[in-house]
Amino acid sequence: MKSPARPYFNSEQKSLFPYLFTALFLFALVDSWRRVGVDLPLLFERQGRENLFKFITGMFPPEHSAQFLSLMLRPAMETIQISVLGTLIAIAIGFPIGLLGTRNFSVGGILNEADTSGAPGRYALRFSIYCAARGLLSLFRSIPEFVWAFMFVRAVGLGPFPGVLAIGVAYGGMLGKVYSEIFEAVNARPLEALQSTGANKLQIFFYGWLPQVLPNFVSYTLYRWECAVRASAVLGLVGAGGLGQQIEISMRMFNFNEILTILIILFVMVAAVDVLSSKIRALL
Amino acid sequence: MTDQYRLEDVGKIYSGRQVALGGVDLLVRRGEKVALIGPSGAGKTTLFRLLNLTIRPTSGKLLLDGADVVDLHGKRLRDARRKIGTIYQQHNLVPRLKVVHNVLCGRLGQWSTARSLWSLARPEEVDAAYHALKQVGIQEKIFSRTDELSGGQQQRVAIARVLLQNPEVVLADEPVSSVDPALASSIVKLLIDISENTHKTLLVNLHSVDLALEFFPRIVGMRSGTTLFDLRPDQVTEDLLEDLYAGDQAEGESVDMKDEEPSPPILQ
Repeated sequence: MKSPARPYFNSEQKSLFPYLFTALFLFALVDSWRRVGVDLPLLFERQGRENLFKFITGMFPPEHSAQFLSLMLRPAMETIQISVLGTLIAIAIGFPIGLLGTRNFSVGGILNEADTSGAPGRYALRFSIYCAARGLLSLFRSIPEFVWAFMFVRAVGLGPFPGVLAIGVAYGGMLGKVYSEIFEAVNARPLEALQSTGANKLQIFFYGWLPQVLPNFVSYTLYRWECAVRASAVLGLVGAGGLGQQIEISMRMFNFNEILTILIILFVMVAAVDVLSSKIRALL
Repeated sequence: MTDQYRLEDVGKIYSGRQVALGGVDLLVRRGEKVALIGPSGAGKTTLFRLLNLTIRPTSGKLLLDGADVVDLHGKRLRDARRKIGTIYQQHNLVPRLKVVHNVLCGRLGQWSTARSLWSLARPEEVDAAYHALKQVGIQEKIFSRTDELSGGQQQRVAIARVLLQNPEVVLADEPVSSVDPALASSIVKLLIDISENTHKTLLVNLHSVDLALEFFPRIVGMRSGTTLFDLRPDQVTEDLLEDLYAGDQAEGESVDMKDEEPSPPILQ
């Protein structure tokens, strides 16, 4: 008698992994809850409640005098300018390093197989370039932009310039990492065909690689720009110019209604950037 | 020196395990026209990737123009590749580029990087691209986006790319598996004409035995990673073909399944 073959579902091959993983996940959840000190009732105790109430009621009505609004015009512009310049620097850093940190561009895959086989020196060189690029990107993005800003304020003084540098470096690391992931996911067949015509790596990149990934590439970059608008506001808190500096001043003076106004301005700016990006994406 | 390719016991193993080719001996002279036939999984595509210097043999010797390819790296490897034009089963065009750029890709081996970049903004040598497209009969599509073309049209763009590359050798890997029979015959005829008019060596993988026997003076049968026979078409008997395809599904039924060969691990 023939029984239906189900080689992958018999009990001998059942793996312990799902159970272990579930146990590990539950342990992590419970332990984190305990150690981080999550104490929800604290939020509703008298002291907490009153402070929260004070903060929220203090926000209304938002400050809307013409004088205050005109005073915010320059910092708002500055925030946009920091984000634009910072993102441009981030692209200049992330694009080349991200490309070198793309595995199938630098070391492995069909584009390196013939060129490195029987040539250990070539392979070693490419592998070390790849590792150096990856390492550099990790370094750039593992240090928070807040800390970068702090260091650059020390180096070049207060003002928007350290903010631009901080966003450029930290976001350069993030962009580079995601760029390399976008590049790695490309369809390799057209690249193989380009290579077979005798094209060099850069030619293959501009003819085969970039056209395929351009929509993803642009939309991720625009998303990062949107994040940079928000980040550049936060960076102001450490003296890197823009709206953040105004938030800091208002906080210190307990002028919560001014903070709400600034947050509204920020919201409008982020929304405007979002609309603009989707317009650009639609063009592709 | 009239040998184009000389293969001595060439083997290819992917990832140290999966044997794709096990000991192929083959001699191809300049200007020869050879058709490779055999069931899917016989190693024909792997053989073509070895011949166009995309991958390297794991054992044996592969000589191109009398020189062992193991010594080719960097610039010299690119120069060698320039002499070999490949037409792929899935066309392997860049879908988002205009047809003209895909055709001009054939020139990349000769152009500097700066010139290639400039050409993306303002196409260089448009006349040559137009002429090549005219030869394959789709010159009116020159400025269309490539992914707007039908499968058969894309295959012609791929042929135009090879025309612009103007190589010494043309390799065509199942060039007609995705087009209807009438077009298939005309594409094979076109490849034969190109080979004869410009004295190019031509190697073609064909799943259509009839086309191979009709157009090619030399037929190589491949099975399980090695050559089974290497004969003139009049020497290829029914018995030989039966041996070649033994255990394989009837050819007509399996066309759809053959279309996408599993990509070797190297493509990850």
